[in-house]
Amino acid sequence: MSEKTVNRIRKNITIALSGNPNSGKTTLFNAITGARQHIANYPGVTVEKKTGKINHAGYEITVVDLPGTYSLTAFSLEEIVARNFLVDERPDLVVDIVDASNLDRNLYLALQFKELGVPMIIALNMIDMSEKRGITIDYAGLSSLLGVPVVPMVARASEGITELIDRVIEVAGQEKSWQPELISYGMDIDLGIQKIEELILKECRHEQKYPSAWLALKCMEGDPEVKKLLYEEAGLREQIDAICDHTIRHIRNTLEDDPEGIIAEHRYGYIAGIIKKTVKRKIESRIDMSDRADAILTNRILGPIIMLTILYATYAFTFNLSETPVGWLESGFKFLKDLASNLLPEGNLQSLIISGIIDGVGGILSFVPLIMFMFLAIAVMEDSGYMARIAYMMDRVLRWFGLHGNSVMALIVSGGLSGGCAVPGVLATRTLRDPKERIATMLVAPFMNCGAKLPVFAILIVAFFAKDQARMMFIFTLMTWFFALFAAKILRSTVLRGPKTPFVMELPPYRAPTIKGIVIHTWERTWQYIKKAGTVILGVSIILWAAMTFPGLDDEQAADYEKREKALIAGLLSSPESTGLIKSREDLQTLDDMVALYSGSHRSGEEAFQGPDEGHLASIARAVIEMQDGKGLASAKDDIHDAFALKYSDYKNNLVALERGKKAEMLKSTAAGRLGRFLEGITLKIGFDYRTNIALIGGVAAKEVILSTLGTAYSLGDEGLEEDSSLATRLQRDPAWNPLVAFTLVLFIMLYVPCFVTLVTIAKEASWFWAGFSACFNLVTAFIISFIVYQSGIFLGIGV
Amino acid sequence: MKKIITLRGMADNQAGIIKKIKSAGDMARRIREMGIIPGAEITILGRAPLKDPVAIKIKDFTLTLRNNEADYILVEIDV
Repeated sequence: MSEKTVNRIRKNITIALSGNPNSGKTTLFNAITGARQHIANYPGVTVEKKTGKINHAGYEITVVDLPGTYSLTAFSLEEIVARNFLVDERPDLVVDIVDASNLDRNLYLALQFKELGVPMIIALNMIDMSEKRGITIDYAGLSSLLGVPVVPMVARASEGITELIDRVIEVAGQEKSWQPELISYGMDIDLGIQKIEELILKECRHEQKYPSAWLALKCMEGDPEVKKLLYEEAGLREQIDAICDHTIRHIRNTLEDDPEGIIAEHRYGYIAGIIKKTVKRKIESRIDMSDRADAILTNRILGPIIMLTILYATYAFTFNLSETPVGWLESGFKFLKDLASNLLPEGNLQSLIISGIIDGVGGILSFVPLIMFMFLAIAVMEDSGYMARIAYMMDRVLRWFGLHGNSVMALIVSGGLSGGCAVPGVLATRTLRDPKERIATMLVAPFMNCGAKLPVFAILIVAFFAKDQARMMFIFTLMTWFFALFAAKILRSTVLRGPKTPFVMELPPYRAPTIKGIVIHTWERTWQYIKKAGTVILGVSIILWAAMTFPGLDDEQAADYEKREKALIAGLLSSPESTGLIKSREDLQTLDDMVALYSGSHRSGEEAFQGPDEGHLASIARAVIEMQDGKGLASAKDDIHDAFALKYSDYKNNLVALERGKKAEMLKSTAAGRLGRFLEGITLKIGFDYRTNIALIGGVAAKEVILSTLGTAYSLGDEGLEEDSSLATRLQRDPAWNPLVAFTLVLFIMLYVPCFVTLVTIAKEASWFWAGFSACFNLVTAFIISFIVYQSGIFLGIGV
Repeated sequence: MKKIITLRGMADNQAGIIKKIKSAGDMARRIREMGIIPGAEITILGRAPLKDPVAIKIKDFTLTLRNNEADYILVEIDV
């Protein structure tokens, strides 16, 4: 090409990457575009649209990844999306990636691109695999018989990528027009197609986006989208129906089949002809490696055992490996909180930043490593081909409940093995093709015991079922599955009633996943999760913070607390023990600081505190810390300081109790507190008072909030000397609590409204309707189950 | 001798040639676009732990079908 021509033609090229699932399309996309990818959804649907850009030889090439499909009918969302993109956006050409070791089925799609007429290049992938299998392909012959360029390649090893891009530029430079090429589908159908095409050409004078021959073919195949177009926009209903009906009747009578079947058979026949001329294979003597692996991995007895082991390993891997980085992030956020509390004056702003923003967003971001490892494990299972085997083995069980083999992964990720997260779980439902099965899975996934529910369960179990902790946890896990599966069954026989979708699914050959593929796969999913924390969660955290902060105490109550605090200080300063030691509030402040400082340095590993060894205050501080450490008063001779230290510790305890009482009283008066009290009318029927209600309301933001809110709420009216008692002890001693209430609360938390991030994810993956439905359905389910359990418990006198 | 049975009725590791797809609509479409068409040679690879779905080898790849789908597929076998 001379300089002149290069300058004349366009410098921007758009290509659409297409191909069967498992043909290596994603690998090729990653190999071409590298990290420069942009992920969005196709307009109006949840089908993922990935775009990437590369610069090559002075051209900017935009690569659009079409959904993986086997065909171009209008019967699946992915296929409609793919063909609408081609017709509406008119990319310069399609790169159809074809698995060389599986030519028949892959060329079925290629043939349909030829029927549509879009300029095309075939990227013949995995030629190493086909060679290993003893398949020899005549590339030039294949290219000339198909009439399109064929570029042999191995996308996994990045072989042939440059050649492919060079061909893309070359073909795009020719600026070919669309040339639909139909094959022969038998006399009757060919005749019908011809008649419809003539009709379209005669009647539709306005410019057609679609080639008329292709429209005619699709009419014969009974394509609802194309028919709708021709019926409504061109008003050709009667004429087209007449031609189609005639052909259908004729074919039914002569061949006992419908045109769609005959057309498919002719396509496969045409492909078989091409393959016969261009492909030579040695007689297959050995059994395929993948088949041999499947003989063990999907064996009737060994298969399920291996599967459970692998799933358990996934769970263990995710949680063990992420523990440390999650800890780092948590300390990071704790550091931020300390920083904020030191830099900002006490008050609403400080509280907003600490309790609202850092706690809310930090709570979510701390989970990023966990989510990332979980996604990594899923990516390995997907890319290696094992996920398809899990679906295959589990399908029979899940089908009974109206779910699909592929649902199992979503449920496990959500916490099916105790610990997980419903957000990636909901995202994992993308592997389900049928929308009803997918939504049913999405709705029951949040029932699973995610990592945030577990600490609450743990506290309740410790408090009320201390004797059999492990057994209770196991029972709760079983109950989760029980409820999730039966809820799915109910949904699938009511609001989500619909036929079971065909399971026809490919078991792709086992392949070692590539590191690049795994990294990209893991990162793109993790990033979606992070983005949510930065936007939605930030907003919700602020709202929830406000609901649990305002309106707060009225002036009278606030003044009362202030008075009581002053009285405590005055009491200490005027006590006989303070005589000669503490003279003013300033001295007291110095002592407070000293104790805080020394106990800090003391705890951080130094043998004894290194404070100045003289002065009353230092001696008191030492005595206080010794008491805190439970050593008792070692130096009995030093009685004036010890006596005051005792008095001081008392005062401190009272102050903390007062402060906690104030917080609890404040929480009671906030919007959330009022709502909690308002709801008592209903919730007392399942044993929850307003304090539990507040915690549960908070838990809608994130289940992590339940525990901390329970802690605050149960300090209410508890201003005695028990400031050190744990939440478990408090609940145990509370007359309103008993094992039945605890058990009911566990069930309720297990089942009730998913956390807000999950709801947003459901809204994004399905719609806001389904997110709202999920919130209501889960709440109602939780209430009904809790009601039955609590009331029968009371009736039978169990656990009360 | 040749005999025509449904795919469900085939034993593990048995081979045969597809004769007919008895259903229409979405199921038939899904079956066909995966390459299950009259004339194709198949071998039963095995069945899932609960004997359903069934895994078959067709051309160079492995497909899984549920038994109620396999009922629609007629296969010619050697007896």
